[in-house]
Amino acid sequence: MKARAFSYFRAATIDQALDAHARAGDDARFIAGGQSLVPALSLRLQAPRLLIDITHIDELRGVRREGGYLRIGALTRHCEMLSEPLIAEFAPLLHAAAPFVAHPAIRNRGTFGGSVALADPASEFPAMTLALDAEIEIAGPSGSRRVKADDFFLDLFETALQPGELITAVHVPLFKADQRFAFDELARRRGDYALVGCGMLATFKNDRVDDIRISFFSVGNTPTRVKGAEATLIGSSLDAERIAAAQAALEGDLAPPDSDEVPPAMRLHIARVLLGRLLGRLGEGA
Amino acid sequence: MTAPLTSLDRPNSYIGRSVPRPNAKRLLAGRGRYISDLKLPRMLHAAFLRSPHAHAKIVSIDVGAARALEGVHLVATGEDLAKICTPWTGTLDHFKGMTSAPQLPLPLDRVVWAGQAVVAVLAESRAIAEDALELIEVDYEDLPLVVDIDGAREAGGPVINPGSANNICFRSHLDSGAVDDAFAQAAHVVEEEFSFGRHTAVTLEPRAIVADYDPAAGALTVHHATQTPYQFQDLYSRHYGIPEARVRVIATDIGGSFGMKLHVYHEDMAVVGLSILLGRPVKYVADRIESFVSDIHARDHRVRARMALDAGGDILAVDVLDLTAIGAFSTYPRTSVVEGNQVIRLIGAPYRFRNYRATLEVIFQNKVQTSQYRAVGHPIACAVTERLVDMAASKLGLDPFAIRAQNVIADDAYPQTSPTGYRFEALSHQACLKRLHELMDYDGLRAEQAELRKRGVYRGIGIATFVEITNPSPAFYGVGGARISSQDGAILSLTPSGEVRCLISVTEQGQGTEAIIGQIVADQLGIAQDHVKVITGDTEVTPHGGATWACRGAGIGGETALQATRALKRNILEIAALILQEQPSALDIVDGEVVDAVTRNQRMPIAEIARIAYFRSDTLPPGTQAQLTVSHHFAPQGYPFAFTNGIQGCSLEVDVETGFIKVLKHFIVEDCGRVINPMLVDEQLRGGIVQGLGAALFEECRYSETGQLMNGSLADYLVPMPMEMPDIVIAHVETPTADTVLGAKGVGEAGTAAASACVLNAVNDALAPFDTTINSIPITPVKVLKALKRF
Ligand SMILES: Cc1cc2nc3c(=O)[nH]c(=O)nc-3n(C[C@H](O)[C@H](O)[C@H](O)COP(=O)(O)OP(=O)(O)OC[C@H]3O[C@@H](n4cnc5c(N)ncnc54)[C@H](O)[C@@H]3O)c2cc1C
Repeated sequence: MKARAFSYFRAATIDQALDAHARAGDDARFIAGGQSLVPALSLRLQAPRLLIDITHIDELRGVRREGGYLRIGALTRHCEMLSEPLIAEFAPLLHAAAPFVAHPAIRNRGTFGGSVALADPASEFPAMTLALDAEIEIAGPSGSRRVKADDFFLDLFETALQPGELITAVHVPLFKADQRFAFDELARRRGDYALVGCGMLATFKNDRVDDIRISFFSVGNTPTRVKGAEATLIGSSLDAERIAAAQAALEGDLAPPDSDEVPPAMRLHIARVLLGRLLGRLGEGA
Repeated sequence: MTAPLTSLDRPNSYIGRSVPRPNAKRLLAGRGRYISDLKLPRMLHAAFLRSPHAHAKIVSIDVGAARALEGVHLVATGEDLAKICTPWTGTLDHFKGMTSAPQLPLPLDRVVWAGQAVVAVLAESRAIAEDALELIEVDYEDLPLVVDIDGAREAGGPVINPGSANNICFRSHLDSGAVDDAFAQAAHVVEEEFSFGRHTAVTLEPRAIVADYDPAAGALTVHHATQTPYQFQDLYSRHYGIPEARVRVIATDIGGSFGMKLHVYHEDMAVVGLSILLGRPVKYVADRIESFVSDIHARDHRVRARMALDAGGDILAVDVLDLTAIGAFSTYPRTSVVEGNQVIRLIGAPYRFRNYRATLEVIFQNKVQTSQYRAVGHPIACAVTERLVDMAASKLGLDPFAIRAQNVIADDAYPQTSPTGYRFEALSHQACLKRLHELMDYDGLRAEQAELRKRGVYRGIGIATFVEITNPSPAFYGVGGARISSQDGAILSLTPSGEVRCLISVTEQGQGTEAIIGQIVADQLGIAQDHVKVITGDTEVTPHGGATWACRGAGIGGETALQATRALKRNILEIAALILQEQPSALDIVDGEVVDAVTRNQRMPIAEIARIAYFRSDTLPPGTQAQLTVSHHFAPQGYPFAFTNGIQGCSLEVDVETGFIKVLKHFIVEDCGRVINPMLVDEQLRGGIVQGLGAALFEECRYSETGQLMNGSLADYLVPMPMEMPDIVIAHVETPTADTVLGAKGVGEAGTAAASACVLNAVNDALAPFDTTINSIPITPVKVLKALKRF
């Protein structure tokens, strides 16, 4: 299928992009890597009058340390999550998740900002911003703000972004020596959206869990932190009993959607299996 | 069983050598010319509005706004095309009693599946045509639906074709007698119900066509991504009333077909009509979303089967009921019942038992048509047979290899006729079984399996013997009244510089047909292969023939090329003999040189013979007329089919917590008779196996209760990808057919025939400790976890 006709504008600055969007009313879309938007246009699921290309805006690029955070520019591509040394060192959970995101051709174009803005509940990166306690930096007509990942994902494809707002960067707290992470997913084929996926970041004190954030994807309308399971693990040394308790707690944390291919009870079951395996790895030092 | 050596077995023969395909470099370099690349002057683009309903009455169609859109040249409905195209019916005479409703390019008053094309738009670009589709309003009135096998067979339930008493397309019954007695006396009986999901071909290149009608000449040219240009020449001629000689079908480069590109599709017929209506070229390329709802699907069977054995493990009898649902129509011109017919005729084919009974019921439903797709019927027959054999083995405490060795027809017992009437010339089950046992290190795998099981790792090993139907004679379609040729033709010319042009009716879709034909010509004439140009796929140029389907390119096309080349060689040597004042029999051709047949001393290049014949015929003896172009047709005779055989093996691991299955390694020992190009044969087997593994583990067209395809995109319909595919280890046994000089049989479907059966057996082997079984394909994580009662 072919997209409906649209106008195209290439923005050189954030202000130009915001301005163009405002002038087009609601009938505009920012385009970054295009890996989700272009298929939606071709299928005529979306048909905006104007596409605003943000890929030439320098302010949206680059990965650098800023205080206790790593600032990852919105245009950072999925493949750079794999190749960028700062990410491997200070946000290793993103580095670990990246190979599971689609295939090389898509990773060469798809952007971190685009993935977070789209907030596909089956996507790896949005869920990882939750596990990382990241903050989303947003520019809009009324200025710039930072929203915690916990407050960002509202409902199916619905986020704290207002129409016409742009994600400029994501700020991730720097990975520390007393922390461990683990990531894995169950996908029918490598590169597919997972049936269930999970990433976690834990801070240890004397070999016991002092703090842990566990985030699932492909389990509902939004990426989902499992706070019940997290709570059962605080203070534990990740022994079998506590892991089983965390697995049991998932029943209260998750309400998987109806689906003929993956019935809710099955999704809950494999989420438990995945959680058990990841906590096991975390206990071994991941 | 290996035949005595012949001239084809010479050490420097092209036959049996892995020469690269001459067209591979061109295609890899992006120099292929596919339909999508074709741009003709004044060409318009077609798009189709499709039915959102699986079964509905068309109340009204409003195309006013679409017609008014700038850039739109024609909006056509069923009525417009019905005025110029005669209807077609997908039945054949040899399937006694079969019925199917007449079909037209676009429906007149009723849609019968979700995705059926209803209105066509022609515009200056595909995008504009799609804009116009959004402006068309169709008013539908829902009709009662038939979506599953049980619903279709329900007494008093909805009937798809008005005027029919029920939804049965075709029934067939085979009975060799004494089946009930055999079951009554049997020491052991195993019985199971199997289900096989629908899947589809997913060719890299979708269906594509450019029709170009020239009203001034009254001539139609169709550039068509099809396996069978001659069949379509005939169909376009007859349904649009254009003399055959004025219809030209050109099959350009084609990106895969697998049987999907040999059926009549409503859109393709419509495109031809649209070009006739406007007198302009019209292009239509199905996009992926359209392909999923309009390409033929395959399989969709539910089989209940039982097998009787004596106390020692000899198979005594098999009894089968196959229910298969094919969509709302039977496909034209090859029908949709061939698959079911082959299922019931192939079940049990490798084994010696004599008592067989089978019933086939082919059923209409409100889904897109199913029809012939790679390994037609074979995977179902093979899975049913081989699973029953494994069930019997475990009941009797026999090893899967042992029970097969005990029951296969012995290699020295041929010829044989199966209880279903298939005549086998010579098969090699025993040799293949023995070879596979070594190849997969069966004993080693079993030891490793036992060891890992202690640690909670569940590996499974499965094997599956198979028989494949190849080289079909007119018994396949011709006897049923179909104008589908089982013969092929070739025209060979020696060019003035001593090279050879070969025009042949078999076609190329990426499998290397042109390569093997080139090898055979080069080999038989005695010239270098790069001096042979093979030309295929243009009805104006190449002689009429069957083209490519059902594994016939090498066996029938190859023999045609061989015999044509031998005729050309005789003619060349006749002229050479005149020039050299020798007897033709004293001469031969090697490396493009006429040589002395005995001493092999070079006498003169064939290029010199060509030069003399074409430019200096005055120097030849008076009365000499050099015939350096020959034509030759070859129709298979002797056995109605050349059956091949083989056995596959599979080692896999089941994650019993997640239900995920990892195929670790796959093996095949195959006997396709003479191997012409080992590399191409091996890759046919690998590709076929991958398609079989796709069917076994990933591919399924899933429908909702309202007849909507739920996973009609490549994001949701899972084709097998490299990361999930195992290494595939291949070995050959060669039993050439004596029906031809070449001795080649087909190989294109062997991989697909048994791969899913092998996986089914391996998964059940892995699950053996859990006292549960799975008998439904594809085997998905949800089915595994359900079988294990994990949720
Ligand atoms: C075959 C295939 C497989 C895939 N598999 C996966 C997978 O396994 N996991 C996965 O996570 N993803 C997968 N994807 C999606 C891919 O990761 C996308 O790249 C990503 O979701 C969107 O990023 P993008 O830069 O391409 O965004 P675009 O497609 O350009 O835009 C997506 C949306 O985000 C908006 N947007 C983009 N950038 C910004 C911004 N800075 N601020 C505000 N809004 C913005 C756009 O307006 C649009 O609405 C797959 C894609 C394909 C085609």
